[in-house]
Amino acid sequence: MNENNIIEIRDLSIEFKLRSGTIRAVDHVSLDIPKGKVTALVGESGSGKSTLASAILNIVSAPGTIKNGSIFLNGEDILRYNANRLRHYRWSDVSMVFQAAQNALNPVMRIGEQMIETVLAHKKMGKPEIIEKASQLLDYVRLEPGRVLKAYPHELSGGMKQRVMIAFSLLLDPQLVILDEPTTALDVITQDYIFDILLKVHKEMNITMLLLSHDISVVARVADRIGVMYAGKIVELGETFEMFENAKHPYTAGLIQAAPSILDDVSENKSIKGSSPNLLNLPTGCAFHPRCEFSTDLCKLEQPRAISVGKDRLAACHLNEKGEMLA
Amino acid sequence: MSSLLELHNISMVFEQKSGLFGKATPIPAMVDVQLSFEPGEIVALVGESGCGKTTLGKVVTGLHKPTEGQLLYQGKDVWKMNKAEFSEYRRSVQLVQQDSYAALNPMRTIFQSLSDPILQHKLVRSRKEAYDRVCELLDTVGLTPPEQYIEKYPHQMSGGQRQRVLLARAISLKPKLIVADEPVSMIDVSLRMAILRLMSNLNKSLGIAFIYITHDLATARYIAQYGRMAVMYLGKIVEQGSVHDVLAAPKHPYLQALLSAVPVPNPRIAKAKRELPLKSLDMPSIMNPPSGCSFHPRCLYASQTCEQTAPSLMPYGNTIVSCHHVEKVPQWTIATVK
Ligand SMILES: Nc1ncnc2c1ncn2[C@@H]1O[C@H](COP(=O)(O)OP(=O)(O)OP(=O)(O)O)[C@@H](O)[C@H]1O
Ligand SMILES: Nc1ncnc2c1ncn2[C@@H]1O[C@H](COP(=O)(O)OP(=O)(O)OP(=O)(O)O)[C@@H](O)[C@H]1O
Ligand code: SF4
Ligand code: SF4
Ligand SMILES: [Mg+2]
Ligand SMILES: [Mg+2]
Repeated sequence: MNENNIIEIRDLSIEFKLRSGTIRAVDHVSLDIPKGKVTALVGESGSGKSTLASAILNIVSAPGTIKNGSIFLNGEDILRYNANRLRHYRWSDVSMVFQAAQNALNPVMRIGEQMIETVLAHKKMGKPEIIEKASQLLDYVRLEPGRVLKAYPHELSGGMKQRVMIAFSLLLDPQLVILDEPTTALDVITQDYIFDILLKVHKEMNITMLLLSHDISVVARVADRIGVMYAGKIVELGETFEMFENAKHPYTAGLIQAAPSILDDVSENKSIKGSSPNLLNLPTGCAFHPRCEFSTDLCKLEQPRAISVGKDRLAACHLNEKGEMLA
Repeated sequence: MSSLLELHNISMVFEQKSGLFGKATPIPAMVDVQLSFEPGEIVALVGESGCGKTTLGKVVTGLHKPTEGQLLYQGKDVWKMNKAEFSEYRRSVQLVQQDSYAALNPMRTIFQSLSDPILQHKLVRSRKEAYDRVCELLDTVGLTPPEQYIEKYPHQMSGGQRQRVLLARAISLKPKLIVADEPVSMIDVSLRMAILRLMSNLNKSLGIAFIYITHDLATARYIAQYGRMAVMYLGKIVEQGSVHDVLAAPKHPYLQALLSAVPVPNPRIAKAKRELPLKSLDMPSIMNPPSGCSFHPRCLYASQTCEQTAPSLMPYGNTIVSCHHVEKVPQWTIATVK
């Protein structure tokens, strides 16, 4: 365990047994989440981002099971935590803003009551103190505390609920906050503002962030490091500028190309050809090969391993192995 | 001939109670909205989070009864219809909800959720026929092979997959108008294009009209390229016109700011702080909207008039804009932000 990392994931696999077969949504993933940084995971719908994040909280939903691997928090394997330790771990050590924030709110309780309940489940604190903290956080995310604390979830818009969940995630001063598509429901001005706030919170409170998004443009603004997921694997990992300026995996390059720029004509954007892989029947060798313009016979036969392609850089593509041999 | 759907001076004021006996606070989510939709057209509705887009979508689909104004479907007042007419209107005007979790029953498989409405409306006659039709629908929205999805429960699907199920359910009833509330916000770029293309094809081949609610201007421009765009701010429409005209020369200061905030897929530009053409990022309280033009506390061009009198929608150039100083607002083009 490197003490600069808050979380270290080692060789993690998660499978879902379905009637039609078994899919491996996370496939032998190893990933470090360095302290005090913003790490982002990007990838297509279904690539396994949310499943991986749920494992970090040890809440993989049925019928999913963690097949193998470990997840260390400051050196302790959280997959071995007992119920008591887990309860503290969730929210106080690591909190998460779920992809469908709406779903996480109790429909028959006012937001204020829910915030109080969450805090009290974890520590002793006076109600006025909790309300004060909650109000400050709601204010951070551009909501009116007076109204929102008293509101039921159905009285708030989609984006408002999403922002309530962001406030929720900061309530217990966690060390790590996982944000799963935190701004999908927000207009760009609000999104801009929320990211400013998140960066401020991240710096001032020294909170580590893991951001999951399918949109690489959104990530460009905030992430220090980016990991790219494809069919359950991390196919490339590196520092943000490096990734954008010198992608080492054809899929990463494709994602960057396909990102719509300022009001580009979307119909002209070069989206990656082909469709996302069928997890029930993955292509042999490199799972990306049917869509890859550089694919060779080797790619169809052999899975590329993730190898180091620079400082803190990993890529899993045969092209790099060749490059290494040449160098 | 009358329009497919007309909103006449519609307002929707919610009341929020602050306790069992507390007095209710009015929340004006839609204020005096005048809009009409023609058969087969596509209208993109954009605006800030919480400005009233979903509320408008729910009013249009009959889920909220407006507190003021009239909603006409094919010339008839929806809230004065008889049962048969109302049921026909509800079938013809479908909503793809923003919240895909809430919209699908967690206890029912995708097959159950999709087969119920078509069986109920007698669009299929047997379970077998329903099964085939559901497979076809899943196929249409790109959930292939259908067998992989048909027996799943909503929580077993990713966000993007669930949103496609909702779209499948909306088209299954052969509607005339679909209100799609952020239908692709959870879907990645490549699938997003596929869904947008699908909506576009449904529009062309079946003549289904769409109200596309979004905060994503790029997709709004794509889907409604030959259609219209309406921009909402704090419950009101502030600019409206053909998508081409609105985006080629956005006039309302709010719209100009919105366009300036679109993220760029380049970390060097994105990380350098960009100044938005706004006096303040803070959104005013909807319960206590600013006097006059409700945008004035954030507007770079606000004058005393703006603080006192609310502007109304007036034609200017090729679009309709609600701003006192529309002539003075500098021209904005895409090139302005680089
Ligand atoms: N509870 C579950 N039961 C069965 N399959 C599941 C379950 N949860 C996820 N999956 C499957 O695992 C794969 C990965 O899903 P996941 O939600 O992690 O993807 P994602 O990258 O977060 O996608 P998105 O961008 O759409 O949110 C998908 O094929 C999905 O259908
Ligand atoms: N049932 C309700 N009761 C009370 N207030 C409500 C209700 N529904 C919506 N509101 C309020 O009306 C306003 C507009 O909400 P609406 O959901 O229409 O916004 P929106 O434009 O769709 O936002 P978003 O982009 O975040 O989804 C918000 O302030 C919201 O809190
Ligand atoms: S390993 Fe081969 S198929 Fe896979 S990304 Fe690299 S070049 Fe393309
Ligand atoms: S009316 Fe005044 S405050 Fe409102 S947008 Fe126009 S210039 Fe700005
Ligand atoms: Mg996800
Ligand atoms: Mg909404």
